[in-house]
Amino acid sequence: MSTDSPRPSEVQSSVESVFREEHGRLLASLVRRFGDLDLAEEVASEAVEAALVHWPAWGVPARPGAWLLTTARRKAVDRLRRDQAYAARLAILQVEADRADHAPPADSDRGLPDDRLQMFFTCAHPALAAEDRTALTLRCLAGLTTPEVTRAFLVPTATMAQRIVRAKKKIREARIPFRVPGTDKLPKRLPSVLQVIYSVFTEGYAASSGPQLQRLDLAQEAIRLARILRHLMPAEREVAGLLGLMVLIHARHEARTGPNSELVLLDDQDRGRWDHTMIEEGNDLAVPDRRPLLLGQRLHPHPAGNARSLPRRHRRRHHPLRDPQTRAPRRPTRSLPRPDSRPQPQPPHRHPPRRPAPSPRRPHRAPRLSFRRHHNRPNPHRPQDKLTHSAQRNE
Amino acid sequence: MKYMLLIHAGAIDEKGAAAECSVEDWMVYDKEVKEAGIWVSGESLADLVTSTTVRVGPDGRRTVTDGPFAESREVLGGFYVIDVPDLDVALDWAARCPGARGSGSVIVRPIAEFGA
Repeated sequence: MSTDSPRPSEVQSSVESVFREEHGRLLASLVRRFGDLDLAEEVASEAVEAALVHWPAWGVPARPGAWLLTTARRKAVDRLRRDQAYAARLAILQVEADRADHAPPADSDRGLPDDRLQMFFTCAHPALAAEDRTALTLRCLAGLTTPEVTRAFLVPTATMAQRIVRAKKKIREARIPFRVPGTDKLPKRLPSVLQVIYSVFTEGYAASSGPQLQRLDLAQEAIRLARILRHLMPAEREVAGLLGLMVLIHARHEARTGPNSELVLLDDQDRGRWDHTMIEEGNDLAVPDRRPLLLGQRLHPHPAGNARSLPRRHRRRHHPLRDPQTRAPRRPTRSLPRPDSRPQPQPPHRHPPRRPAPSPRRPHRAPRLSFRRHHNRPNPHRPQDKLTHSAQRNE
Repeated sequence: MKYMLLIHAGAIDEKGAAAECSVEDWMVYDKEVKEAGIWVSGESLADLVTSTTVRVGPDGRRTVTDGPFAESREVLGGFYVIDVPDLDVALDWAARCPGARGSGSVIVRPIAEFGA
């Protein structure tokens, strides 16, 4: 992504940040146009190389994303002119893709605002292995390079490169389509997309390996992906729920670790360090105002646990999901995708509650002791829990 | 693009047919595949006890053995080759196949394409 000749560093970082932001969109548009992920990736990086050459001299264009797309398209057309056989193959692909678009009942009521949505569904296709889905999504939609994806999974680069190559080969040769599933199949396919995002987040929340408890880059990347997805599918409550869940959990990230990156349990956390803007956002996402909640749509844990940390208007409103008495977060429902091989974000309470029973001002809220006991138990499978938990007993 | 649907029967009844679906199911499915205009070929394989294995060693000698018999739980019972635009469509047809029900399974494999 960088060139050998010295460049003004700000241009390079500008190219990098533009590329990071635009990569998914760029790649998705190219794949839609040319129907080939490898070609799309190659011309996308050629366009970035061109940007590194041109932008220092001519300045960063007003619409850098459009500039990159135009450049990449030209390069793809050049390449196809040079390689006629390849072009012929792609043309067949294109014709068949059009044929496929007409075959199933067209999904006309759901417009395609952005090609990235197709990319999300392709990368998270159930025909791909679960870890490949995550790797591909990070690479194609989050704009991470293979070594960056490698760092995310803490596996050797060669292994990851192989995995990505294998997944791309399967997409190409088994012809996994770049298509958003129709409304009839969407409920079955969306969880797979959400699961990819959630497993990235989970790794960020409680890293399965490495010295740090949290890996904020991954958590932020997952939130960024969820924001893109939410932008693309604003009506999907599952998407809103997942984004809500993640921002509510992430709002506490600063207070979750001490100076030596040890776990700080909820009751000991400095709540001043919670990100209240995020909590607000999460609340609004999780409980859209004036919309009735249906059973089975409860996706998020209670964000704050403490009513006093919430703004007054939230405290006053009585809502089943904003139950300040239920301090343990509700477990996400079945509908939430669960990464199966990764540690789950644990409920933040891992020891018996210290606070007194609910205040008599709210007699109608019976404390849900059995529920809390169940969820407050430390998880014996997490070493950091054991440590912190026993340390607290010694106090 | 052509895909082969390899139909594996899990449980087999005494007649050697897949236990979870009836002959009528198969006839309906077969008709659907052919009417959809995607059928390339397809056969149902005879009972596994009729199978014979042939191997040719490095010296060119032919070894013929009876079998194989069902050591694994799943037995290849038949196949379809269909021509559909992409994997999603192929998976849909596989899911409609009676052989995918119950303990059976259908493996979807793209047919390799050589040349343009």
